[in-house]
Amino acid sequence: MCEKNNCACNSSDSPVFDFSKLDPVMDKYKKTPGSLITILQKAQDIYGYLPKEVMNYISQETGVKPSKIYGVVTFYTQFRLEPIGKNLIMLCQGTACHVNGAKMIEESICEELGVQEGETTEDGLFTLNNVACLGCCSLSPVMMINGETYGKLTKDSVKKILKEVRNAEKSGEVK
Amino acid sequence: MKVIVGQGSCGIAAGANKVFGEFEKLINEKQLNVSLEKTGCIGTCYLEPMVDIVDDMGKKTTYVSINPEQVIELVEKHLEGNTLVSDYMISDEDSDILGKQKRIALRNCGVINPESIDEYIEAGGYEATKKVLTQMSQAEVIDEMKISGLRGRGGAGFPTWFKWDAANKSPGDEKYMICNADEGDPGAFMDRSVLEGDPHSVLEGMIIGGYAIGAKEGILYVRAEYPLAIIRLEKAIEQAKDKGFLGNNILGTNFNFDMRIKAGAGAFVCGEETALIASLEGERGMPRLKPPFPAQKGYWQKPSNINNVETFGNITWIINNGGAAYAAMGTEKSKGTKVFALTGKIKKGGLVEIPMGLTLREVIYDIGGGIKDEKAFKAVQMGGPSGGCIPAELIDTTVDYESLTKTGAIMGSGGMVVMDETTCMVDMARYFLDFTRKESCGKCNYCRIGTKRMLEILERITEGQGKEGDIELLEELATKIKDGSMCALGQTAPNPVLTTLKYFRNEYEDHIYNKKCTAKSCKSLLTFTIDETTCTGCTLCARKCPVNAITGEVKKLHKIDQELCIKCGKCESSCKFKAILID
Ligand SMILES: Cc1cc2nc3c(=O)[nH]c(=O)nc-3n(C[C@H](O)[C@H](O)[C@H](O)COP(=O)(O)O)c2cc1C
Ligand code: FES
Repeated sequence: MCEKNNCACNSSDSPVFDFSKLDPVMDKYKKTPGSLITILQKAQDIYGYLPKEVMNYISQETGVKPSKIYGVVTFYTQFRLEPIGKNLIMLCQGTACHVNGAKMIEESICEELGVQEGETTEDGLFTLNNVACLGCCSLSPVMMINGETYGKLTKDSVKKILKEVRNAEKSGEVK
Repeated sequence: MKVIVGQGSCGIAAGANKVFGEFEKLINEKQLNVSLEKTGCIGTCYLEPMVDIVDDMGKKTTYVSINPEQVIELVEKHLEGNTLVSDYMISDEDSDILGKQKRIALRNCGVINPESIDEYIEAGGYEATKKVLTQMSQAEVIDEMKISGLRGRGGAGFPTWFKWDAANKSPGDEKYMICNADEGDPGAFMDRSVLEGDPHSVLEGMIIGGYAIGAKEGILYVRAEYPLAIIRLEKAIEQAKDKGFLGNNILGTNFNFDMRIKAGAGAFVCGEETALIASLEGERGMPRLKPPFPAQKGYWQKPSNINNVETFGNITWIINNGGAAYAAMGTEKSKGTKVFALTGKIKKGGLVEIPMGLTLREVIYDIGGGIKDEKAFKAVQMGGPSGGCIPAELIDTTVDYESLTKTGAIMGSGGMVVMDETTCMVDMARYFLDFTRKESCGKCNYCRIGTKRMLEILERITEGQGKEGDIELLEELATKIKDGSMCALGQTAPNPVLTTLKYFRNEYEDHIYNKKCTAKSCKSLLTFTIDETTCTGCTLCARKCPVNAITGEVKKLHKIDQELCIKCGKCESSCKFKAILID
């Protein structure tokens, strides 16, 4: 495919990926039928997202056609085709959070960061993703940043939290 | 003495890890002879973080809403000084809430350490497995389920014994027992709490079910968003293998059964059983036509049975106490108990397990403590995107499959979201349609395109662009989508619209014809004005307004230019004198 058509994924400026990191995953799963999703999950854990190069490599190793891999990747919301920021904000849009004002919180985050849901800030510090119920409805509205949950959010408290995370990042850089 | 910190997702979110860490630090520093343990969610999430201190006589004191700074006080007074700290103790009223429930699926949640198989066994765990494997035939197990009247807790309410019987009778020696832990309802977390708080009870339910249908392998399909549940299940499986409850020749019998976990990848439709099977096989999670049912052709075309987490959570209790004891609870056609995630505008939100047949009023007022901030109760949403809104006038509806279905809502998997006068019902319908539109797998035209069209209309209405004929068009589309969709996702997607149209048609009409949102929730339909009597002319709102729509001189009444106003609400939130009026 790619070789013949000379498509973009073969262009020389595409980033180089260390496929050897995937070898243990391949050894474990490539012969087990039905493991494609598991392999993709592990690959995303390693690379942070699923670049075309990685999908092609998985295709070569497993014999599953790239078109099928792409079909699976785009079906499930967990898979990302683009890298994400350093801090992943998971904003709950579950029913309880919606009833308690999650949209307002989203507006506040977008305003503070200057991005829309699904996007990453220019400095690469934050990505905003909407998710369904985080299981802490009694604290709604709720968001999670890097596994830490913040509840009972208000328009102002959410901005304060983001500023704190950003400051922590900056002071980290100084060190 | 023993200190137990609740560490379900809700507890952790409220800061339980920090509380645990503080206890750990102080107990070590002071070299106290105290054991520190964790447990799952007991359900009263609004009281988290919760700490139990059990003295040597076994007497338990429960402390609620503990923050890390208060830990030192508990350590010094209670652990060292042996005196109770009454300020932080759970109130009688709150402990009563637990008394009003009947806990079967949640029996161990918030009680035992979910990471310890020994504690589970001490609480009577794996007795049911022993009984089934050594004393009961497959038919006897299925019969016990039939007597219990247990119906699936995943939403559809199909009798469990019937499915097990079908899978048992289906020819083939390779069969699968699958646990549906995909918990898709975006406002519910019952299954997660059971998995996090009592993973062994789910495993045991699967082992017993596996035995009954003749399966050799069990697979748990767990939502990817539930990392803690996955960790605890992995541990539980390891422990069960070590103790010989999983593997070959379990308990010396010739029954072999193994178990593994498969993490989902984020697709609501994968909760539908045929889609779940496709996903297990590594495919896109697209549902297919039934029949053949999974009992005939399931995972890799082999006979398979799929049950919900909570369904499995009930099995051991039924085996230990007998199907008749289970059937003694509930109503004629809905037996036993059901777990609900009671959330929204409710005072005491959390997980509750109640016998079927209570009224919604009893759940919302007696257990949930009523509506937050003394607002008026408007409706309760049940069944998530497949369900509907039950209005205040039907609050005496009993919680059972048939009565709830009669209202147009469904029992669902257990989401119960309470709404008050500030919730706009048209916006709720829009919210759910937005969800189903995104989650439609795209196979059926009516589901894929129909939900999009319905969403567009609902968006239009909430933005003040609704027009004559929109309600009728919604109704027409709803019927077509129900008829034209293959799986239950599409067939039920219009329910949130249909129930709100049925009970709150006036709200739709207000939006369309009067351009009014009585709940004051749809921004485009609001008018912001400044109150002549309370405005002090402080100029703050004028400075905050992003579009310079507010004018006025210092110390004089300000005015909002309605043409320019974008209804962002910044003036309202910045005004210190409550002088901004919204209508
Ligand atoms: C779109 C859709 C989503 C579903 N999501 C779930 C789910 O998250 N969890 C679940 O147990 N059942 C879910 N179901 C129901 C399952 O298809 C199935 O009926 C259930 O798992 C059977 O188990 P039970 O008999 O124990 O209820 C869903 C069904 C549909 C159509
Ligand atoms: S709906 Fe947001 S945490 Fe449950």
